[in-house]
Amino acid sequence: MSAASGSLPRYILVRLLLVIPMMWVLLTLVFLLLRVAPGDPVTAAVGDKLGPEELDARRAALGLDRPMIVQYLEYLGDAARFDFGTTISDRRPVLEIIQAQGGATLTLTVGAFLFACLIGIPLGRVAGRRRDTPLDAGIRLFGVVSYAAPVFWVGLMLVGLVVKYVPGWPTFGIADPETIFYVPDKTGILLLDAIIANDRISIVDILQHHVLPCFTLGLLLSGVIIRLVRVNLIRTLGDDYVEAARARGIPERQVIRKHAFRNALVPVITVIGLQFALTLSGAILTERTFNWPGLGDTLVDYITARDYIAIQGLVTFFALAIVVVSLLVDILNALVDPRVRY
Amino acid sequence: MTSLTKDQTPARPGGPVLEVRDLRVWYGTDRGPVRAVDGVTFDLRPGEILGLVGESGCGKSTLGRGLLGLLPEGAARDGELRFRGKDMLTLRRREQYRMRGSELGMIFQEPLTRLNPMMRISDHFAETLRAHERRISKADVEQRSLEALRVMGIPPTRFRAYPHEFSGGMRQRIMIALALVLRPAFVVADEPTTALDVLVEAQIIRILHNLRATYDTSMLLITHNLGIVAEACDRVAVMYAGKVVEIGPAREVFSNPQHSYTRELLRSTISLSTTGLNFIDGAPPDLTDPPSGCHFHPRCPDAMQICATTEPPVRDLPGGVRAACWAAEVAHGRTLDEDARRPLPREAISVADEA
Amino acid sequence: MRAPRFVSTIWNTKGMARWILLVGVLITAVFLLFALCAPWIAPYDFNQTKVDGVKFPKLASPSGDHWLGTNDQFYDIYSRVVWGARTAVLVVLLSIVLSAIVGVLLGLVSGYVGGWFDRITLFLMDALYSFPSLLLAIVFSFMLRERIGGGIVAAALSLTAIYIPQYYRVVRNTTVAAREATYVEAAKAIGAKPATIMRKYLFGNVVQSVPVIGTLNAADALGTLAALGFLGLGIAPNEASDWGYDLSRALDDVSAGNFAPALWPGLAIILLVTGLTLVGEGLNETLNPALRRRRLQKVTLPPRDTTDPEVVR
Repeated sequence: MSAASGSLPRYILVRLLLVIPMMWVLLTLVFLLLRVAPGDPVTAAVGDKLGPEELDARRAALGLDRPMIVQYLEYLGDAARFDFGTTISDRRPVLEIIQAQGGATLTLTVGAFLFACLIGIPLGRVAGRRRDTPLDAGIRLFGVVSYAAPVFWVGLMLVGLVVKYVPGWPTFGIADPETIFYVPDKTGILLLDAIIANDRISIVDILQHHVLPCFTLGLLLSGVIIRLVRVNLIRTLGDDYVEAARARGIPERQVIRKHAFRNALVPVITVIGLQFALTLSGAILTERTFNWPGLGDTLVDYITARDYIAIQGLVTFFALAIVVVSLLVDILNALVDPRVRY
Repeated sequence: MTSLTKDQTPARPGGPVLEVRDLRVWYGTDRGPVRAVDGVTFDLRPGEILGLVGESGCGKSTLGRGLLGLLPEGAARDGELRFRGKDMLTLRRREQYRMRGSELGMIFQEPLTRLNPMMRISDHFAETLRAHERRISKADVEQRSLEALRVMGIPPTRFRAYPHEFSGGMRQRIMIALALVLRPAFVVADEPTTALDVLVEAQIIRILHNLRATYDTSMLLITHNLGIVAEACDRVAVMYAGKVVEIGPAREVFSNPQHSYTRELLRSTISLSTTGLNFIDGAPPDLTDPPSGCHFHPRCPDAMQICATTEPPVRDLPGGVRAACWAAEVAHGRTLDEDARRPLPREAISVADEA
Repeated sequence: MRAPRFVSTIWNTKGMARWILLVGVLITAVFLLFALCAPWIAPYDFNQTKVDGVKFPKLASPSGDHWLGTNDQFYDIYSRVVWGARTAVLVVLLSIVLSAIVGVLLGLVSGYVGGWFDRITLFLMDALYSFPSLLLAIVFSFMLRERIGGGIVAAALSLTAIYIPQYYRVVRNTTVAAREATYVEAAKAIGAKPATIMRKYLFGNVVQSVPVIGTLNAADALGTLAALGFLGLGIAPNEASDWGYDLSRALDDVSAGNFAPALWPGLAIILLVTGLTLVGEGLNETLNPALRRRRLQKVTLPPRDTTDPEVVR
């Protein structure tokens, strides 16, 4: 944060350069975890189906018979070209899986963030304003419990309640099979495709399917947001410029809204970005609960199939996504907070 | 340039802008109420600069904030506080808010943290002007803000910059411009130069001193720097443990201090003629449980028996000075009986200090 | 010397922090009791499906024999919940102790030795930390199950790696700061050996933050364990009672309108995680002076003394 020189483009450039070592470390970690430690991926996945010669042929085809260091370099090179390998069990390119299922995970998480903000920001604001009152205590407890409750349990209970009291409301999947059949695939994101096709019925159907899973995952994230907004608001309410604004006769409501609350939200952007890891964890579980055709659900399927290459490919993709999100968050932060650029 | 929307005439022509009578401001804590300001009385005439001096923790800042009603939750104030004849303490909250900024301004100690880092300077001005003059036009906002900034020597090209792009001295000048853009008749300046370096300090003090010529603003200048008082203030009030112990024309008070505390405070300042360092023994008292009698008696070199038991009367003395000190009483011809005048023994001092 | 002050600080806490701590400790204590005395509290064994040769009913409603009913595997839900506490406490305790030991030691060495070792460890730990914890746990448990099966130890080990970076970070930063501190310089100057310096001067500084991280991590670990169980990567059902596994079995029952098999294990998880979180938060607020605040109370001004000193004007 040197005051000397600096501008937004320059900041972004520096931040972009930092991405490379970060990616390298994460990819190395993935490789170490998945490839150096365990035994033979091919045997694990299809060992019970094929004979020894066929297994050897498979290994050679996948290049698994070469030295580890060669495999490592090749892995890094492939990842740089967004080639995440081909699954052993059903011989699908991982990239194709990501294209097919990534959209569902994306709309799930974005929707969850919307719900989380809708729940978390107002509650956090009230708790911060009414600090140390029973209302504050209640909201904090809600935050703790919503974070403590396993996301799949909350999902389960909601499904049970919806089945009982709102019969006919969709409780699993991203859309009716009919919708999936009729909406032409253009972007890989079903909701977007339906909007492009201007298919009112499909849009409504897809949105209805989103409500439960997004709300469930959003509830988990709202706990974090409540806590953050509350703590930040308490801090900014004590900041000097808030007292100075009061001294200028700015009405209290405006002091809270324009000075304390707005400034309290700035760090929230960063931390929401950091919560991407939590979101991903939550998404895996939510997808499993609601039979959601996303990457998390697919990953668990491949784990059950013991397909190392598929697991490695998907985990690599997640690692890249983490780096990209942290980059985006930093840039967003620089756009919002004028101090960061300098 | 007078704004027509507000009443510029004082209640009594030539009367004081601010009349403070027996003002108390107390805080509640776990250990009981803190008597930060405990019965303060003074007047301020239009265009007058009153210096307020004293050690840290004697209630200076609380008094300054108390005048504007900027108090934390749980604090209470009573007494009389008249601004142009209007009693501020009985006003409703909304009225108080309306007067803050437009009639009563405040300049703070730390300019670096007093501007919202996320808002442009222009936004600060627009917000302040709009809060008080709802119908003000965009052009008017800009014109009046730039005028206020020009007086403070901030170029109009920087109007849309963010606070962090300015140095500390510039930010303090912006804060002053912001406090004065609504032409308040009275401004509290709470140690406005403490956080700045010496050259900038002189500059800011000159600006504050010149304000009454430009704006006819009365000011309470809180500082612990007696040099600033001598340079910039017409009168000075010396505060100790929540009370004003001496108040009068700055020249008179400095050349002929009446209260023992004033004298000791003056002795402990460094000047070119200083040969050794003087300081006042002990620390300011705990304001949850101030000493009996004169609050200064445990540290006072002139303390008499009566000082420990009876609060000294407030007396108007020649030269326009008012002080509350038993030693001054005696010096100005009051007779006390033998017992009361006996010096307070040294032991009593340390015991009282510990207590 | 440290312990009494530590204890008295906690004991003398006031207000909300005290309540948070108290409620948290109470909830946690109940579950510890479950864990310790499971055989005496639970009416049946965790994998018992029949008594005296008579098979339990499937998905039975609550009754005198089965207080909370039975689930789709003929298990008694109440017994499974009680035994589940034992599993949870064992796994979490094991993983937290392991990760604390590894994290603290690694942090001490890394912070004290410095240089390239420090830099590389720091880099790796940061990478590990930025990874979704559940994903790490999934990968680890997947690999460990290949090797050592799906027991309690495997579950604990797959959770261990997730939490190492947090201890590492705190301890390393404290160590780096302490290394520069004057009293360590002084100790070096009088010829203390590096090991002595680390043990005597640094360890004490570090010991305060570890309990807070530990309890908060325990809460998180419990959630992750349940998630692993739910995904079918947790503890094998015949090895121990696992709340997460029971929840995964209850998916269809809930859709069919039978809440009991999912409700109780879920509530157990929520209560214990909440309890542990409250303990951690309470400890944090108590031990971390920055979070404590001087509370201002409402003050009422007393009427003025009528015997005010004479005012001579």
